[in-house]
Amino acid sequence: MSDKILRGKAHIFGDNIDTDAIIPARYMVTSDPAELAKHVMEDADPDFAKNAKKGDVIVAKKNFGCGSSREHAPVAIKAAGISCVIAKSYARIFYRNCFNMGLAIFESADAPDKIRPGDEITVDMNTGEITNVTKNEKYMAAPIPPFMQQLIEAGGLMASVQKKMGLVSPSGK
Amino acid sequence: MKMTITERILADHAGLESVKPGQLVNCKVDIALANDITAPISIKEFRRIGAKKVFDKERVVFVADHFAPNKDIESAMQVKMVRDFSAEFGITNFYDAGTMGVEHTLLPEKGLVGPGDLVIGADSHTCTYGALGAFASGVGSTDLAAAMITGEAWYRVPETMLFNLKGKPRKWVGGKDVILYIIGKIGVDGALYKAMEYTGDMIGHLTQDDRFTICNMAIEAGAKNGIFTADAVTKEYVNGRFKREAKYYASDPGANYSEKFDINADDIELMVAFPHLPSNTRGISKVGEVKIDQVVIGSCTNGRYSDLKVTAEILRGKKVAKGVRLIVIPATPLIYKQAMNAGLFDVFMDANAVVSTPTCGPCLGGHMGILAEGEKALSTTNRNFVGRMGHRKSEIYLAGPAVAAATAIAGKICSPEDVL
Repeated sequence: MSDKILRGKAHIFGDNIDTDAIIPARYMVTSDPAELAKHVMEDADPDFAKNAKKGDVIVAKKNFGCGSSREHAPVAIKAAGISCVIAKSYARIFYRNCFNMGLAIFESADAPDKIRPGDEITVDMNTGEITNVTKNEKYMAAPIPPFMQQLIEAGGLMASVQKKMGLVSPSGK
Repeated sequence: MKMTITERILADHAGLESVKPGQLVNCKVDIALANDITAPISIKEFRRIGAKKVFDKERVVFVADHFAPNKDIESAMQVKMVRDFSAEFGITNFYDAGTMGVEHTLLPEKGLVGPGDLVIGADSHTCTYGALGAFASGVGSTDLAAAMITGEAWYRVPETMLFNLKGKPRKWVGGKDVILYIIGKIGVDGALYKAMEYTGDMIGHLTQDDRFTICNMAIEAGAKNGIFTADAVTKEYVNGRFKREAKYYASDPGANYSEKFDINADDIELMVAFPHLPSNTRGISKVGEVKIDQVVIGSCTNGRYSDLKVTAEILRGKKVAKGVRLIVIPATPLIYKQAMNAGLFDVFMDANAVVSTPTCGPCLGGHMGILAEGEKALSTTNRNFVGRMGHRKSEIYLAGPAVAAATAIAGKICSPEDVL
């Protein structure tokens, strides 16, 4: 795991934020991350892409990322500069996708109830400790399951496939 | 060890004697599927890590169904990427305009998926194939890329919830009403990470199409998969169609379930899911007055021949209400031809309905029936999230084909009994 500390302002969302809200299908005529990032969270908050700053944190309640399997959803969030998502629970395909494409996500029972819009948040990638700098509070994220941790340490799913199959990336990629 | 059907299929595909919920297993996949939206990312990943071939040219399936026939230049470029890749790597099962249909209706119809299979698909409604007694689950494009290369995928063995379906459904009540009723009961995350297994005497009254619809919407309860045990109805559907040898699995008596539910046919009326969640359900008797601008009948949930037949039965000799657009989308070319030859297109067109070529189109707000600000649609599709079919200030109500056809005639949500 990285020893990185993530830092940014909190943007708050509710229960069951679906992948159509995260990136509406009308924009999925491309898989270009920068293009997708322009419309991230648009149908949940039309001003989100405009207001989000690099490092900011999405905080949501239960079942974040439900609905479609579109990997464009975590891609759009990451490309918009969001450092991580903290939610009470995640839909399963979204959860898998985040690990596969490298968007940090944390599950926390209490943080989503206590963090308010605009609170300054830091997250210790190593320990899962979430600090609310604005309110001077600390919360804990559930530990990342060991298998997912191994996958991250191996550099993600495709890196492990590449190693297993003895493949070499074409030069320049 | 006693296992559920889901556990048995996963164990066999992992080469293990037995598995239990929570265990991580690496499984051989029988079919790996992607569409025109999800395949491009898989293809980029495939090329990025320098893969030279797919695990099996006949078992990687691509269907250009979402924004196809291509709705604009960008979507044309996406389909072209999939078409070029298919030619370069000899993919036998690439379905382009003319042969393509809505993927989860097309694959069973073509006999590409069948009982006992393990199917991975970069589309959340891949869970549809559970209706054949298969383990089928949706993933993202990167997981699919890995499966395309290795022919394998990892899974956490899910806990299984058992739904005991009892009694004979009322007239007009179909698979859509049963699954909406269940999702209304357990919620959109009621089956999160779990398998939804169906048993009980009601199954004898459910057609294969009803079962496809029920498994199709397992994801709308957050489930990993939905599953029926194949019976005579399934065998009749698969025989002469499925290209490989079917393997029939069943749950062991005394297998372990995390939860059990009794679902009684007497409690299930025609169902409608109100905006903006599939769990926001009401029986038709409690809908009240809801005027509708557009009705869509189609999709991987309810675009099969039986759905079109019900639609025609109600629509015959009647007109769509003034000010309402009815869009009927047969899910595959075969269904299109069957409906045309049976004279159903005459019924639809005489009623002033639009009959579209197969496409996912309006279901995900792609094309062929996008909603304007403030409009309300009733649709036989599977999701009614904010903005799903168009403007973020439009509304979607979900129902089966019987309510959809009646609603198109009345211009407001109603039961077939109100228009016949």
